[in-house]
Amino acid sequence: MADTSTPATRTAAIVGGNRIPFARSNTAYAQASNQDMLTATLDGLVARFGLQGEQVGEVVAGAVLKHARDFNLTRESVLGSTLAASTPAYDIQQACGTGLEAAILVANKIALGQIESGIAGGVDTTSDAPLAVGDDLRRVLISLNSAKTLGDRLKALSRIRPGQLVPDMPRNAEPRTGLAMGDHAAITAKEWEIGREEQDELAVRSHQNMAAAYDRGFFDDLVTPYLGLTRDNNLRPDSSVEKLAKLKPVFGKGEGATMTAANSTPLTDGASAVLLASDEWAAAKGLPVLAHLVDAQTAAVDYVHGGEGLLMAPAYAVPVMLARNGLTLQDFDFYEIHEAFASTVLSTMKAWEDPAFCKEKLGLDAPLGSIDRSKLNVNGSSLAAGHPFAATGGRIVASLAKMLHEAGPGKRGLISVCAAGGQGVVAILES
Amino acid sequence: MADWYTNFANSGVGTTLTKQLGLPRPGVLRRYEPGDPLLEGPAVVGSAGQGRLRDTVTAVLKDAGVTVLSPVVADGDATGEKLGAVILDATGVAGPADLAAAHDFLAPAIKRLRANGRVVILTDPPAGADSPAQAAARQAVDGLTRSIGKELRDGSTANALYVPEGAESGVAGPLAFFLSGRSAYVDGQGVTLAAADVPATQDAEKPLAGKVAVVTGAARGIGASIADVMARDGAHVVAVDIPAAGDSLAAVANRIGGTALQLDITAPDAAQRLVEHLRERHGGVDVVVHNAGITRDKLLVNMDAARWNSVMAVNLQAQLDITQALLDSDVLNPGARVVCVSSQSGIAGNRGQTNYAASKAGVIGMVRAWAPAFAERGATINAVAPGFIVTEMTAKMPFGTREVGARLNSLQQGGLPVDVAETIAWLSQPTSAGVNGQTVRVCGQSLLGA
Repeated sequence: MADTSTPATRTAAIVGGNRIPFARSNTAYAQASNQDMLTATLDGLVARFGLQGEQVGEVVAGAVLKHARDFNLTRESVLGSTLAASTPAYDIQQACGTGLEAAILVANKIALGQIESGIAGGVDTTSDAPLAVGDDLRRVLISLNSAKTLGDRLKALSRIRPGQLVPDMPRNAEPRTGLAMGDHAAITAKEWEIGREEQDELAVRSHQNMAAAYDRGFFDDLVTPYLGLTRDNNLRPDSSVEKLAKLKPVFGKGEGATMTAANSTPLTDGASAVLLASDEWAAAKGLPVLAHLVDAQTAAVDYVHGGEGLLMAPAYAVPVMLARNGLTLQDFDFYEIHEAFASTVLSTMKAWEDPAFCKEKLGLDAPLGSIDRSKLNVNGSSLAAGHPFAATGGRIVASLAKMLHEAGPGKRGLISVCAAGGQGVVAILES
Repeated sequence: MADWYTNFANSGVGTTLTKQLGLPRPGVLRRYEPGDPLLEGPAVVGSAGQGRLRDTVTAVLKDAGVTVLSPVVADGDATGEKLGAVILDATGVAGPADLAAAHDFLAPAIKRLRANGRVVILTDPPAGADSPAQAAARQAVDGLTRSIGKELRDGSTANALYVPEGAESGVAGPLAFFLSGRSAYVDGQGVTLAAADVPATQDAEKPLAGKVAVVTGAARGIGASIADVMARDGAHVVAVDIPAAGDSLAAVANRIGGTALQLDITAPDAAQRLVEHLRERHGGVDVVVHNAGITRDKLLVNMDAARWNSVMAVNLQAQLDITQALLDSDVLNPGARVVCVSSQSGIAGNRGQTNYAASKAGVIGMVRAWAPAFAERGATINAVAPGFIVTEMTAKMPFGTREVGARLNSLQQGGLPVDVAETIAWLSQPTSAGVNGQTVRVCGQSLLGA
């Protein structure tokens, strides 16, 4: 059911990507800032595609955890890179959807002919996290700053209390519920009756798939080492269901708790970038076209009052996008469903198979059905690589584009990324 | 990476001390910078016998703006202008008697050679001689050149060029190399030319303009220096190294405006991936430098299979496999150049390096064997054999071993990565078409394996 009223536009080509290996929080990149990592990632991309001194149309990237000084993070990273200083850039932020959303924004400008090339990226560090002073202290400091006389200043200073000196730590929790994302996911897992074993199996497969992909050189032109790290240091090639079964649950409560440190993604540092362009720009530069970004969709759910799971928005976004493109859920050669938690992937797939959910929540006559698990996250995903929030989208887009290119022309891939705030970002790539 | 001893020996106090103590006095070598003249002073050209190359040689000098003086006579003015180069055309020698003329010409001329001067002797290859006497005279040039190399001081070098009938058009490029600062650490060597279709000229400042050059092992050391020089000479460099070295590889690529290709050259599909990359991204390749190499030193009796096999796989088998894949593909452009990095260890052998020396000797055999097939395509394949080159690797050697190793050559100092890179870049030039199947040592005329 393709919408024939859509004006004929070109679709943006994905030329390639680059990322630094992802590092568990407070390990290899403990001393690296978001700007350091994003700059290194851009430079690796420049080296791969010979873009030194080149002005690309736009660089769009973002970080979820950001220092106040990083208000112009992407532009500052561009200025520190070997790209032309005349390359414009802007920051975006859509939680874990940031990286994919950046690619969509760049692709749309290319499709509209506003730019011929662009770089989409994302970076996050939970090691070099921004600490803020508490609101009480912040107000004191602001009035101190605006005080005009010595007396006013002393008065302002006298309001400082020891308790105010404890900084505000950024937390991986939803502001409106106070629950950690994992606790939200645990509620959803329970609702959908996702078992411990199937989560562990998904996690193990992610590690094994990614280790095998590294071994056969799949990441040779997708990853550039950084600060002594040559592979993601969360990757456990020897992971097994037996080993994972020994871990105690960390999210959810009581008997039925199933979510462990192994079937949930750890806090991670890293950055990624994807080079997009018009076919003409790529051809003129002698650069490959791995795939095209065909369409994209976002959705959001009311997880606060609406009774929907925090990370279930992609389940809503995908059918909208499928309908617009006249496709079924089975019309794909690869599925990249971001493994925020193993249970999120399983809940999403179970929802698509469930007639009641598809009818009542999605308004569909029939369920979307199941997907061929052998086509799911075939080179591993976030459970293996780790998940530096804004960098995950770029990792997935570049990897999927390469997979589609290797599989030959006319292949199709689906990307699904859940995000904090009850949001989801999904996209279709085609070779 | 400054050579502290060379710096010291050329300082005020150092000059006095080293002279009085009879210590080695290494000169500060004249290394090529873009825009440099071919020579720092005038040249003299002489003949032994009825040579056929004087005009060719004179033309090369005049094209480069070098003043060509008349030969200095034996009892002539030894205090006249210092010479930048002394060139002898000995292609006319019929027997040992003709070599007396060589002596008559060379002795007074070399006396007037300035620091970083050049001596080049041209003759025919002994193998093609008409008589034993002629072969003897031509072969004598080898001993003559090598001995002059050992007598010269202050960074001056002596090299020989063997020019068979029909290969005259190939003289200009190699002669200019030996005269220039590009050959700073090439001393006491002989290069034999072959008849080939040699372009009359090339872009002097950017001889590799428009060329696509692959350099393996480009992330650091000699490989990074090769990439630098190739880019300086105008080539687009595809810098290749193992994925684990990708960050320094990217830095090299970004420094020179090239591209980085992370590839383990020993992977089963490495050659195919390289060929596809070159086809997709560049439509072909003009220069391939097989520089990647590893050492896994152990005495033979203590060496395990892993050490042996890994060195062979990287240093020799990968060069064979990739070269064969390029020959079988459609990406090797006409006039292509393949340059393989061998080693002094492959010529002289080295204790603890049976695996390394075997692999590097193998490279010499490989280029010799492949040369005819390359010649048929108007292409060339050659090797360079570095001697003691000052790198991060040699910096880790014990002080004594390093200092002795660095002095055991006529230039009394270690070479720099750029010296190897310049030689490789020269072999890659269009006007090097007559050099094929050769192994050129970049060793300052090392005592080892000579």
